[in-house]
Amino acid sequence: MSWPILSLVTFLPLVGVAAILFARGDDAAADNYARWTALWTTLATFILSLFVLFGFQSGLSGFQFTETHDWVPGLFGYRMGVDGISMPFVILTTFLMPLCILASWYVTKRVKEYMIAFLVLETLMIGVFCALDLVLFYLFFEAGLIPMFLIIGVWGGPRRVYASFKFFLYTLLGSVLMLLAVIAMYWHTGTTDIEKLLALNPGFPAGMQIWLWLAFFASFAVKMPMWPVHTWLPDAHVEAPTAGSVILAAILLKMGGYGFLRFSLPMFPDASLYFQPLVYVLSLIAIVYTSLVALMQEDMKKLIAYSSVAHMGFVTMGIFSMTRQGVDGAVFQMVSHGLVSGALFLCVGVIYDRMHTREIAAYGGLVNRMPLYAAVFMLFTMANVGLPGTSGFVGEFLTILGAYQSSSWVAFFAATGVILSAGYALWLYRRVVYGVLDKPALAHIPDMTPRELMTLGPLLLLTLYYGVHPTPILDVVGPSVENLLKSVQAAAAASQQAAAVLIK
Amino acid sequence: MYQAIVFLPLLGALIAGLGGTRIFSMLGKDADVYGDHAAHGHDPHDSHDAAAHGHDDHGHHGHYDGPNWPMYLTTGLLLVSALLSWIVFLGFLHEGHDSRMEIARWVTSGALTTSWGIRMDTLTAVMLVVVTTVSALVHVYSLGYMSHDEHQPRFFAYLSFFTFAMLMLVTADNLLQMFFGWEGVGLASYLLIGFWYQRPSANAAAIKAFVVNRVGDFGFILGIAACYKIFGTIEFEPLFAAASGAAGKTIHFLSWDFDALTTICLLLFMGAMGKSAQFLLHTWLPDAMEGPTPVSALIHAATMVTAGVFLVARMSPLYELAPVAREVVVIIGAVTAFFAATVGLVQNDIKRVIAYSTCSQLGYMFVALGVGAYGVAIFHLFTHAFFKALLFLGSGSVIHAMSGEQDMRKMGGLAPHIRITWALMIIGNLALTGFPFTAGYFSKDAIIESAFAAHSGVGTMAFWLLVVSALFTSFYSWRLAFLTFHGKPRASGEVMAHVHESPNVMLVPLYVLAAGALLAGLVFQNYFIGHEEATFWGKAITRLADNEIIHHMHSVPGWVKLAPMVAMVLGFLTALLFYIINTALPKYFAEGLEPLYRFLLNKWYFDELYDFLFVEPAKRLGRFLWKKGDGAVIDGFGPDGVSARVLDVARGAVRLQSGYVYHYAFAMLLGVAALITWFSFAGAH
Repeated sequence: MSWPILSLVTFLPLVGVAAILFARGDDAAADNYARWTALWTTLATFILSLFVLFGFQSGLSGFQFTETHDWVPGLFGYRMGVDGISMPFVILTTFLMPLCILASWYVTKRVKEYMIAFLVLETLMIGVFCALDLVLFYLFFEAGLIPMFLIIGVWGGPRRVYASFKFFLYTLLGSVLMLLAVIAMYWHTGTTDIEKLLALNPGFPAGMQIWLWLAFFASFAVKMPMWPVHTWLPDAHVEAPTAGSVILAAILLKMGGYGFLRFSLPMFPDASLYFQPLVYVLSLIAIVYTSLVALMQEDMKKLIAYSSVAHMGFVTMGIFSMTRQGVDGAVFQMVSHGLVSGALFLCVGVIYDRMHTREIAAYGGLVNRMPLYAAVFMLFTMANVGLPGTSGFVGEFLTILGAYQSSSWVAFFAATGVILSAGYALWLYRRVVYGVLDKPALAHIPDMTPRELMTLGPLLLLTLYYGVHPTPILDVVGPSVENLLKSVQAAAAASQQAAAVLIK
Repeated sequence: MYQAIVFLPLLGALIAGLGGTRIFSMLGKDADVYGDHAAHGHDPHDSHDAAAHGHDDHGHHGHYDGPNWPMYLTTGLLLVSALLSWIVFLGFLHEGHDSRMEIARWVTSGALTTSWGIRMDTLTAVMLVVVTTVSALVHVYSLGYMSHDEHQPRFFAYLSFFTFAMLMLVTADNLLQMFFGWEGVGLASYLLIGFWYQRPSANAAAIKAFVVNRVGDFGFILGIAACYKIFGTIEFEPLFAAASGAAGKTIHFLSWDFDALTTICLLLFMGAMGKSAQFLLHTWLPDAMEGPTPVSALIHAATMVTAGVFLVARMSPLYELAPVAREVVVIIGAVTAFFAATVGLVQNDIKRVIAYSTCSQLGYMFVALGVGAYGVAIFHLFTHAFFKALLFLGSGSVIHAMSGEQDMRKMGGLAPHIRITWALMIIGNLALTGFPFTAGYFSKDAIIESAFAAHSGVGTMAFWLLVVSALFTSFYSWRLAFLTFHGKPRASGEVMAHVHESPNVMLVPLYVLAAGALLAGLVFQNYFIGHEEATFWGKAITRLADNEIIHHMHSVPGWVKLAPMVAMVLGFLTALLFYIINTALPKYFAEGLEPLYRFLLNKWYFDELYDFLFVEPAKRLGRFLWKKGDGAVIDGFGPDGVSARVLDVARGAVRLQSGYVYHYAFAMLLGVAALITWFSFAGAH
């Protein structure tokens, strides 16, 4: 395809921003105009992105739809492209945005600015997954935090100041180190072209890899988030508005995992092998520790946020198992978690909009008045628990299978997550949905509305669809993962040889 | 035809669940949510307030005014499915074969391939008949039993969904599809135990069932992973073909090297222990009786809990090569049979007695599997389905007659009022205790004989435990019958006045099951464990050349064949003495052996032990990690500590909405500027 489709998809949301900016007035009509503009823009972006989806040739491992323009000649360029690993995330982003706009339909505070923030965020998020230049990636990656920061800080809950502050501190730490690493990489190779860096032969010297890996790790680990740098997430989720939580959980968290796959594993294979035990330990702590913490939460959003950290533990474990099943599973788990955790936050949003509290103890017996809500929430709870037949299972299973290939201890501890997740998710469901409806405040609570069903319905169908038919994703991801693992395997073989030489 | 058997129940579940229930009836409007709540006086759902929902127990007191088609639809489809299953099964009696059909790809990643498919062999055919028959009968029975429940379409949708998941399990051609069915039935079980969601005890039991099953699944999933590690596949055909090649291989599991096949078999058996409520993972089954009685009959007696037995039988090519794993299976099975029988002796809730009986009988089946008599185990699974479903549905009929009462201490003297139910329960008891020529006589005694015929240490231990359990089984079964139907009525006059025989829609399924309980052994024993045995099972079950257990079983000494009979008679006589002849004796013994009585009544204190060992520590640890780990340590030294210092500096000067964002943007700009500067320098080199 000759037209720059990735750039169009990436920057189309900005057209919507312009349209909203040019609108006059602050009355209800202007607000409505902003809503509809945002909705149509995100829908158009989604439809446009379908060209990427259907135009993508799934047998290939390289980058497709590439665009290259010199930006600062000889220094860095404007390079875009997607492969099997990044393409699913582009689609996930464009797919979720219209749902987020729909879920924010009744935001009344500064509607114009709100919609603008989301549209800008969309551009930056898609940009992260499409960028094929280190500097471009860095720009999208870091700039994406600003709109998110605003969304929490302006439209957030009562403790938004604290939450934003925490978010700020953690991410600042990571990004400074990553910036240094980017500079060092350019210094060493003379290019910021990701494609060239991936093809680099020989790669970075082993000693340098360690430092670069650590610098990138600082940034990606915060984003994932991995234990122990996860504590910003529960607070950010709790304070963020519903749609903000959805984007945060569904997409922003995936940038860390994507970063590991795009940079850490293929560019620093020796260091990745070297640090494999570290990542394993952190992942397992994340799975067990945060599952236990989730068990005791009193705030619904916090509980789901902690369960997100646990699920991301499966992702990092799968990525660093460096096996085909592990990495395939990790990518699948990220996409699936995007659908499921996004939906769970929307589910919380549904009752938050009615009762304006997230406290679990304030609910109980909702099924009596909200049968549809109960059914939808049940399905996503089961997907969160990883029930086979939902998309949540495939990723969890593949990552455990992959981890087992490299270490049975890791698989052993990860599998305890299977028990614990059932514990916290079902207990939450029981306390909120089951029981007798005897709280006076809930006596007139209305069931889901058609608009809410429209936001959750597509997620529900996809969760089931990918649960029974995961091959559309796995077939796309597979070749790229196979290609990615080649460099790791080569490094592993080399280090074994070196060890053999040493022994001799 | 195979697809029809499997997918008709799913079709019924979907149509009834989405179209038949009132799931969409309360769809709200945005105005309700965001509009003025004060203007809600005319809310059409006012009448559905909490008070109006105080319906209860056994669905007798509610009121159902919805359409009847969802119930008839699901029941009709199940009957068709059952009919087709029998056609398939009778075909297998005539001539065995095996076939595999792939429907679609499922999870594929690198060398790992799995697909949705239907594997059809004798083992599958037997399970198809058991599952669809009992399910169809339970559907019919529920038409009567649940007729007053206001949520009955949902109930039938769950039942049909369960049947679908169970059928997926038994037709699986790889471990992953089996796991799908495995967890699917777990979900259905969870939903049905918690069907009366307003009851806290039902909700607790539902969660317990799911979580304890997940403990077993923890082993199952590791077993699948280990299988893939050793064999590079989890599809049955290549797996079974490669099994003998893996004998003697070791696998590194955790920090040790174990025999590969033993490890895989034990991990998979852990899954089986969870699903089949074996000793240590049994605690959920008695609590599962919180669900409606038809559910107990279908899921917690006849079908789902036998999935573990099916799993081991299906994996017989692997278990045959893992003698150590099979010894563990024998030990766990025998201990479960004995343990559950002892607890069953003293329970007062009619359904719990039968639940422990189920637990115990499942132990029998595992003993048979462990000694290598797979066909015998499946035969007992087959006959047990009939008489245990009969006992459960019969007790449902009793509970129905008693207006929801389940405590046997408040029953007694019911026989003259409900003659048919009484007769049916007696038939169930005869079959369960192994009265000559009833179903249990053939299958249960065969298990006891096969345990003896194993001529191994664990086999002999199992033999004695099973004989003693047979005595207990006989005792508690007749105790149940005597307490319920004989003696003086202990219920209030008001309740007794209401005692009535169940309608035909509930009785007809019982007749069918009673026929099965009486005849299933006689008619089919030749195929399952008799002379036709080898041709009947064909390739569905693998036995090594030196496994001649069936042969030995038929030539055990006479006293071994007689032992279960003697145990049965002794149990009957003791029960007669205790509950008919001298009714003061139970009290006398209970007081004389107070500690033992308490120990049994409290189910060996397993619930308390697990609460103390796992549940409470998990909660305490969770709270500790949250408050201390996340709160005090990570945040205290991390962001909170740092931010406190920064805030000290910046206090008053900074407002978040403007301040920090600009700071951040500024920091980033600085970064980009630094980057460009750096590149300019670098580029100049």
